[in-house]
Amino acid sequence: MSTLVSPCFRSRSVEDWPGCRLIVRQPLQLDCGLDFGPFTIAYQTYGTLNPDRSNAILVCHALTGDQYAADPHPITGKPGWWETLVCPGGVLDTERYFLICANVLGGCMGTTGPQEIDPATGEPWALSFPVITIRDMVRVQKQLLDHLEIESLFCVIGGSMGAMQVLQWASSYPDSVFAAVPIAGAARHSAQNIAFHEVGRQAIIADPDWCGGQYLSLGRKPVRGLAVARMAAHITYLSEAALHRKFGRNLQDRRTVTYGFDADFQVESYLRHQGSTFVDRFDANSYLYITRAMDYFDLAAEHDGSLPSAFHGTRSRFCIISFTSDWLFPTAESREVVHALNAAAANVSFVEIATDNGHDAFLLHEPELFETLRGFLNGCAEHRSLSRSRS
Amino acid sequence: MTASSESTVLSFGAATQATVGTAAAVELRQDLRLIAEMIEPGSRVLDIGCGDGALLDYLAREKKVDGRGIELSQSGVNSCVGHGLSVIQGDADRDLEAYPTGAFDVVVLSQTLQATRQPRQVVEALVRIGRRAIVSFPNFGFWRIRLRLLMTGRMPLSHCLAHPWYETPNIHLCTIHDFVALCDEIGVRVERSVTLDRLGQPYSLDPRGSLANLLAEQGIFVLCGSRRESDPIAPRS
Repeated sequence: MSTLVSPCFRSRSVEDWPGCRLIVRQPLQLDCGLDFGPFTIAYQTYGTLNPDRSNAILVCHALTGDQYAADPHPITGKPGWWETLVCPGGVLDTERYFLICANVLGGCMGTTGPQEIDPATGEPWALSFPVITIRDMVRVQKQLLDHLEIESLFCVIGGSMGAMQVLQWASSYPDSVFAAVPIAGAARHSAQNIAFHEVGRQAIIADPDWCGGQYLSLGRKPVRGLAVARMAAHITYLSEAALHRKFGRNLQDRRTVTYGFDADFQVESYLRHQGSTFVDRFDANSYLYITRAMDYFDLAAEHDGSLPSAFHGTRSRFCIISFTSDWLFPTAESREVVHALNAAAANVSFVEIATDNGHDAFLLHEPELFETLRGFLNGCAEHRSLSRSRS
Repeated sequence: MTASSESTVLSFGAATQATVGTAAAVELRQDLRLIAEMIEPGSRVLDIGCGDGALLDYLAREKKVDGRGIELSQSGVNSCVGHGLSVIQGDADRDLEAYPTGAFDVVVLSQTLQATRQPRQVVEALVRIGRRAIVSFPNFGFWRIRLRLLMTGRMPLSHCLAHPWYETPNIHLCTIHDFVALCDEIGVRVERSVTLDRLGQPYSLDPRGSLANLLAEQGIFVLCGSRRESDPIAPRS
């Protein structure tokens, strides 16, 4: 078997991508019991750390997100996924705060993941990569913060899987988190969400090009399976109302249905496009590992089934945000977190934003979301005596 | 708030407390001003039905209070959080259970009790999670209300009760005597009471006397649980 990675799939070396790298030599003990390392953390920073080192915000990305929160994506060239928030004078004001966004462990944008080379074998890790958890991702982020000599984060913020990381941060390192903003998240992955992830994983595994996970070594790529996984997942990120508003039953470049299995409907065409563009930028095995990490997430389980215990004695200020039309992480899940925080006598705000944009609303321009975040962060900055933005 | 047929009627619901963040000269509703006066500087306060956060904002600025709020209306919550207040979307019936005993020095329920589904459980929860509770509500025994019902035979509308019967959120109206009787029944001690006349002027009438029940348009009560089993947890610095 060839030990070389096919140039076809490895030509855009992660080494060439913009941003910072930290190589951690000291092995890290993972939840699965393995000591893992050395490993690389790929991250981006925006703004300047103040002399007190008190203005740092950690931005946690979602399942298929990356560290390029406010930079063009190195593969697709598309704007950063939170560019509307992370900018000078923005809600996450780069003139006021120092923002850090790192690719998660298991990812495929430079942080060590299943597509990277296992130094022991010289081959991609593939399925020999250890199964990781949200807590492992957060442990890795903590190493980065230690390296940057940031003892206390002004804020940890993120949506979806990013929200899981935020909650894990607040639970694991309460003294390092002044403010925590989990958006469209939950303290555990629901049965329905595990089910959706399983559909995606099975689509990938069923693709003959997946080759038991060894596709990179064999110069292949399970693009069809990964695309189907993305299409199924993408539906869960929207809402029935939004799909109806955007597409209805409109036909795609035709006047009538074709009595075939072409993409007659605009919504089909849209989903196919979502699937086919996704495979250019994402690794199938990464998708397996990261969805698994989300499935395993259950913050209460780490504390004998008591969610309030996960936040016992916390002094962090929380702002929980959900969206009315989000059926993947519905408001009830956020409210559970709110109740647990109340039971822990924590300082908590909770806002449900009315929108038909579904789960994806956290990535979109939602004026009420922006206003809420701005107000919450300003209030926190006042309590932390952070200076106002230069303007 | 729904528009009333009487153009002069002031709606007294939670969503119209005052405007948040108008710096020093915050104009508080009269009953909120009286409530604010009852709260010690630096205490931990939960304001249930906090509206747009006028009381919390005032307390944070003027009394350095560590304040939290619960508000039903989404616009109220968003406005509060947008102004830096710690407020959750929720209501008194559903969201008090989670709070630990003695979590707050003071729990405020202003002009909201009559809109709860389970007023009795709510009052019990108030004195459980707060060392003290301050409750204000419109007095249905007020002479004008009695007179209006007697003379017109129609459901009364007043300053405090601005909604017609078919769309009022006020589903559990009571008189001052009713409220005192409830407190007696569930072993809640009335530490202090203030009655307000139609112009919002405070009087110290005995809430058990018939004058208060007749002359007060609103009552403000400071309550505490008399059967407290353990001392409340100390507020964290």
